[in-house]
Amino acid sequence: MEKVKIIFAGAVVGLLGVLLVLLGNPANMGICLACFLRDISGGLGFHRAAVVQYLRPEISGFILGSFISAFAAKEFKPRGGSSPAVRFFIAVFVMIGALVFLGCPLRMLFRMSAGDLNAWIALPGFIFGIYAGIFFLRRGYSLGKSSTQPKANGFLLPLLAVILLVFLLIKPTFIFFSQEGPGSMTAPAILALAAGLIVGIAAQRTRLCTAGGFRDIILLKDFHLASGIFSLFAAAFIANLIFGKFNLSFMGQPIAHADGLWNFLGMTLAGFGSILLGGCPLRQTILAGEGDSDAAITVLGLIVGAAVAHNFGLASSAAGVTMGGKAAVVIGFAFVLATAILNTSEINSKLNSKLIKGGKNLNA
Amino acid sequence: MPKTIDARGLSCPEPVILAKNAVDALTAGEEIIIMVDAEVAKENVSRYLRNAKKSAKIQEIDGYFKISVKG
Repeated sequence: MEKVKIIFAGAVVGLLGVLLVLLGNPANMGICLACFLRDISGGLGFHRAAVVQYLRPEISGFILGSFISAFAAKEFKPRGGSSPAVRFFIAVFVMIGALVFLGCPLRMLFRMSAGDLNAWIALPGFIFGIYAGIFFLRRGYSLGKSSTQPKANGFLLPLLAVILLVFLLIKPTFIFFSQEGPGSMTAPAILALAAGLIVGIAAQRTRLCTAGGFRDIILLKDFHLASGIFSLFAAAFIANLIFGKFNLSFMGQPIAHADGLWNFLGMTLAGFGSILLGGCPLRQTILAGEGDSDAAITVLGLIVGAAVAHNFGLASSAAGVTMGGKAAVVIGFAFVLATAILNTSEINSKLNSKLIKGGKNLNA
Repeated sequence: MPKTIDARGLSCPEPVILAKNAVDALTAGEEIIIMVDAEVAKENVSRYLRNAKKSAKIQEIDGYFKISVKG
């Protein structure tokens, strides 16, 4: 029964991802957490890349759908306090990795389903990053326990989601709307919101997660989450074929570049970071809707990461990867690796015992 | 007194990893208790135990779940 539910939910998300493109979203970008949060970051003026500024209502839909669904299922539970600052910075680098590749893991699946071979190069990178995360999980990696928080804490991100919708509706002068480029390509807001709500509910009920899907196969030989990912891919693949959106090639793919090494490495960073966070950007957004403050901080980190990526010229474009983007991915690896090492108990106790030994030798 | 693993407040998959390590070390007849406080963690741990062919008893107490497993 659980299995049927997640396979169905995955298929719905896959289908909606293609439908949103037919309704006006940019190509292979029916659903993309990195892209949409980046557009919101631009819409709020946090970055000034004029082609990617729009308050994507899908994001509000994901958060509010999850909020409603969690409430109905009595799973709305404000909690937090598990290394929030560390999570914030991991999220910044997950976003930078995603924007060097040009898409979150979910868009990677949609790009793959539309025949974008660059995304097929990114997939092994993503899985490699997940392997790296699992290496530390197996040795006791943890960002510590979260605890129950006052109820009001859990309402903050859903409230932000509502405010973004209000801004989208009344269009205040301080909100930026792209006149051209991907940010100007939008499905009708009401349909985008509806699709977002459906995805939010489906993902909350089934815990759909791209990083978790591959992680559980490797770590636990459990195909439960992965079955949702596979059905999402299959549904998107079939829908792309039916609607003539399938085009198998490396070159000329929409909102993509063909630099294989950096497609691979960008997604490795996103995958590694997602495992350290406990879930991909979609899962974090859904958890934020359920009242998880650590996930809310993560979503804010993703938004800030997008601003950094565009303000510092780190984000790739169809023209290719930037020098800054490459440097930022390398710095990102150094950061997530250090974070993983410092928060892994097995490695820490070894380091400590060495330090203590060293101390004794000094005394002797 | 069975060995107790307090996985409350830990995010997934940490409770499952702790459960797995404990189950792997379980001797016949021994009992362990895994405590989790999130619905997701309960689902994940019990799915793991099902896949590992271990029978588990789940009790809900004061907003958290007590999962007992016998070796």
